[in-house]
Amino acid sequence: MILVEDKDIVVPGEILAEGEYYAGRGTFKDDSKICSALVGLVAIRDDKISVLPLQSKYIPKRGDVVIGKITEVRFSMWNVDINSPYSGILPASDVFGREKRDMNKAFNVGDILFMRVVDVDEVKKVKLGLKGRGLGKFRGGILVEITPTKVPRLIGKKGSMINMIKDHTKCEVVVGQNGLVWVKGKPEMERVVEKVIKTIETEAHTSGLTDRIRVMLNQLLDIEEDVNKEEEEDYKEELIQ
Amino acid sequence: MINIITNRDLEVKSEAKGSERPDGRAYNELRPLKIEAGVLERADGSAYLEFGDNKVLAAVYGPREFHIRRFLKPNMAVLRCRYNMAPFSVEDRKRPGPDRRSLEISKLTSEALSPAVFLEKFPRSSIDVFIEVLQAEGGTRCAGITAASVALADAGIPMRDMVVACAAGKANGQIVMDLSEWEDKEGEADVPVAIMPRTGEITLLQMDGQLTKDEFEQALDLAKEGCMKISVEQKKAIKNRYGGD
Repeated sequence: MILVEDKDIVVPGEILAEGEYYAGRGTFKDDSKICSALVGLVAIRDDKISVLPLQSKYIPKRGDVVIGKITEVRFSMWNVDINSPYSGILPASDVFGREKRDMNKAFNVGDILFMRVVDVDEVKKVKLGLKGRGLGKFRGGILVEITPTKVPRLIGKKGSMINMIKDHTKCEVVVGQNGLVWVKGKPEMERVVEKVIKTIETEAHTSGLTDRIRVMLNQLLDIEEDVNKEEEEDYKEELIQ
Repeated sequence: MINIITNRDLEVKSEAKGSERPDGRAYNELRPLKIEAGVLERADGSAYLEFGDNKVLAAVYGPREFHIRRFLKPNMAVLRCRYNMAPFSVEDRKRPGPDRRSLEISKLTSEALSPAVFLEKFPRSSIDVFIEVLQAEGGTRCAGITAASVALADAGIPMRDMVVACAAGKANGQIVMDLSEWEDKEGEADVPVAIMPRTGEITLLQMDGQLTKDEFEQALDLAKEGCMKISVEQKKAIKNRYGGD
């Protein structure tokens, strides 16, 4: 017997169902009862009940692509902050291969990198790697932080949301599974993208979001264009005078 | 904006019941309660709670990286609590900084909350809970635990159940629920209790003063009843944060 409906907001300890159901993510089983472990939205798929969290920390998983910041340069590896309870390490051998070079010249403290999680062991030591398409160091641009659980929403179905943002603003946008988003483009466009991403984060649990974001993007871009036009006109007037 | 709740309606109600309590409440009546989740921007989770004249702020950070090697646990997270009273929270200025009482309450809060949290999901990390009492009027440890539990849920930390706390005790020879400051100081006994409402498991039980066995059981039942009432408000507070029903 299911006691809640799809997309209901539940709190930890709330009983979701009783009987022969499968406890999915964000839930746990207590005798025959399935209870929520999180504040989140209920998702019912056949006889599997799960709760999608509204807020969480990023827990590293093998194969994820993440954005991180170098926090320390050590003898043969870099320590990387990946916006998670567990910091990552990037071994020098992964970057240089066999040869030895100056670590500081490759990456220094504060550099932003796009990496793949190569391995996570049982004590949550996170090994990172740079082998793969598009992985490496970012130059310029801004970082935007969102809750990792909202990353799928930002990307959209088959990238619909993220591609729409890219097309409208002509910005490069890279999303890490750990909730960090790197944006590079014209400075005013970067600001538009940041605003849009923050809106997606706060409204992630509502439906029909892609359409609303499209409207918002158009509005924001119109304002930008108006400002640009005004500036141009002012400039022209100055020239005439 | 913070709405101030008044006791006016309650007083009228209680007079009809012929209550013996100084603030005119019935023996099983709580002080007015208000909980709000997600009040702090910087914290991962937070809650503000008003319980009678108690005003408590709770903030949760984590799970985050833990650097103190000797406290680190390789198989689970460590839940650390800090209970602190503001110097202006009580009538005579309280000397700022930790003292014996706040250290005790910090420890017991952490022990009251730990059984509810899935600590084993975050090995080698720490979850930090900060409880700031802005104004005190008896029963701040219970208010602190209740607020901290809302803040933990708001931070998205997986839990078996919410933890909710309420006190009961004996004042003027009568067993009463939710002691006020006067009843706590002048009364015969104080029994703070924290439970996980779904299963009814007790995570905190203290007794200050003397009670007979029967009186104790009566007080315990009354405290549990109070917890159940507070639990409803707790859940409402979280759902309200996301514009729920």
